[in-house]
Amino acid sequence: MLKEEIKDIIKHSKLWGWVLEPDAKRIISSIGLEVPRYIYTKDLEQAIHFVGEIGYPVVAKVVSPKIIHKSEKKGVEVGIKDDKGLRKVFNRFYKMEGFSGILVEQMFRGLELIIGAKNDYQFGPVILFGLGGIWTEIYRDIILKMAPLRPKDIDNMTKCLKARPILEGYRGAPKINLEELNRLLNIFSDFVMEIENDFESIDLNPVICSTEKCIIADARIILKKGYS
Amino acid sequence: MDISNLFNPKSLAVIGISLTNERHPANVIYNKNKFRLQVNVFPVNEKGGLYQGEKVYSSVMDIPQKVDLAVIVTRAEAVAGVMVDCIKAGIKGAIIISGGFAEVGNKDLQDRLVTIAKENDFPFIGPNCLGIYSYPFYDTFFVPSERIVRPEKGKVTIVSQSGGILVDYMVKLAEEGVGLAKAVSIGNKALIGEIELLEYFAKDQETQVIAFYIEGFGKGEGRNFVRKVEECGKPVIVLKAGKTSYGIQAVASHTATMAGDYNVFSSVLAQYRVLEAKDEYELVPFCEVFSCYKKSIVGNIGIITGSGGHGAMAVDLCLSHGLSVPLISESDQMEIRGKISNKIQSIASLKNPIDLTGSAMDDDFVAAARFLSEIEEIDCLLVLLLPYLPGISSDLGARLSQIYRQSGKPIVAYVPHVDKFMMFVEGFQLNQIPVAHSIEEAVHMVVALKRFGEC
Repeated sequence: MLKEEIKDIIKHSKLWGWVLEPDAKRIISSIGLEVPRYIYTKDLEQAIHFVGEIGYPVVAKVVSPKIIHKSEKKGVEVGIKDDKGLRKVFNRFYKMEGFSGILVEQMFRGLELIIGAKNDYQFGPVILFGLGGIWTEIYRDIILKMAPLRPKDIDNMTKCLKARPILEGYRGAPKINLEELNRLLNIFSDFVMEIENDFESIDLNPVICSTEKCIIADARIILKKGYS
Repeated sequence: MDISNLFNPKSLAVIGISLTNERHPANVIYNKNKFRLQVNVFPVNEKGGLYQGEKVYSSVMDIPQKVDLAVIVTRAEAVAGVMVDCIKAGIKGAIIISGGFAEVGNKDLQDRLVTIAKENDFPFIGPNCLGIYSYPFYDTFFVPSERIVRPEKGKVTIVSQSGGILVDYMVKLAEEGVGLAKAVSIGNKALIGEIELLEYFAKDQETQVIAFYIEGFGKGEGRNFVRKVEECGKPVIVLKAGKTSYGIQAVASHTATMAGDYNVFSSVLAQYRVLEAKDEYELVPFCEVFSCYKKSIVGNIGIITGSGGHGAMAVDLCLSHGLSVPLISESDQMEIRGKISNKIQSIASLKNPIDLTGSAMDDDFVAAARFLSEIEEIDCLLVLLLPYLPGISSDLGARLSQIYRQSGKPIVAYVPHVDKFMMFVEGFQLNQIPVAHSIEEAVHMVVALKRFGEC
């Protein structure tokens, strides 16, 4: 059953058709998946104070109902090293269309994956898994499976990816935590089925996986048109 | 809804027969059934009269005998009324050949048929279709008897959204000697579509392989379809048309961009072990190979040939399709060498491909095949047979089929399909060993067996 909190977020997000990143992160956390520590604020000093607790470097992203593709609008800044850098980015974001705040969060290193979902006309919810980050659409190393995922589907998803050796630690690189990845896919699959009537597509991209855990660094949930 | 009555009617009313136009589809259907098939057929036209000296009934309700099935070939506007008459007359289903419904925008007219059918538990195929080919009982395809190419009776059933494509595949199955159980052209699939037919053919004893030509599913239908395939237990092959879409616009998410409609279609089919034939060059061999074998293979291929060139080409094709061609160990090679005839012992190459050379005899092929079918490293045999080698005979198909029946390891053969060599080809076909007309096609058959077991 969907929590009331999630239902409320989806309901008010229908105004602009997709879920803003801070709201998407609240949803992700509430279904039991991990996101980086973050602050969402319109107040620069509050952001600086927060970074004082978690430490640099950080990532900053613009939050605006008018900006769905943040990277393309230069609304993402990674590797901010100090207060000065953060101020500069804040002042730049502040002028962007529909600015409703800045999202500042911890930076993680690891293998960048994409986990997504699409509500297909013929097959209903399907789940996509593959190499993530900005090169996603270049390499297109992806696996698609109809949801809900069965244990064997999850197994085959990671097994059949061309980049499987990278997941397992190619040429001495650390391998990622496959149990965590499987858990994530499982939870995501259940979630997708629960919001079947509301969503059009979802990108968790990148999902940053390391030897310890998988963290969802960005999430975009695009809703079906019209209210159901 | 019970659709079993649609396939074995004893009597048939053909409604819409023309008294003046011999090429009218209704007349073609009436004539072929009357003269060549087993069903008892009655002509119907609202005007009555005589056709070929037989009484034409002005309504199905006037036919004095029990009628099992109606073939409706009237104007679109008249179909609903005719259907009501059929129901009143106690007929158990219909094939609606008539066009002029949803395909030209008359959705309401089509919906009326569906409503009437559902209210009265009256199954129908179509509209806008060729209907059912269930030889030797009856056949509603409006292809004149003298022009239809009939495959032999066999295990494959084809369901197609397109009638034209279906007739074309029947020609191709016949050409390749692949037997057909039944064929259904579903047209607009207003009431009965792929899922209902899949459920029916899953239980149909005659049908062992079900092939579909699909242009697209309705909303959520794909989901039901793949789940039914999984339950059905028979190999299901799908050829999809409309893979490309120039309608895809820039979409808002990476997932939606990469998970295009066809990409999803193809992936989900594979997930549920539906065999997707990428094109007609795969569809026919897939039907052939699954008419003979049910089990999947891992894909370790042993190749036996009488020509080095054929062996080399087969290896390239196998490897490029993700199959492996394991080397035969030295000791196993020695053993094979001991089993083949003296005159080729020193010239045959036995590493895999096993090249028995142009001097090989039937016994050499049999010995090599028997040995490979017994070793663990190999789970499928590809036999490239060149009928112009002087030492081999048309008995080979029968002899190799016995090896399959003992070992259970599938054998796929290549024999050039020309008239002169048809005895060799039939030696395989008649003994249920799939036989391809090219090396490439033989490899496609092997690939199908492997794909059947993949995720």
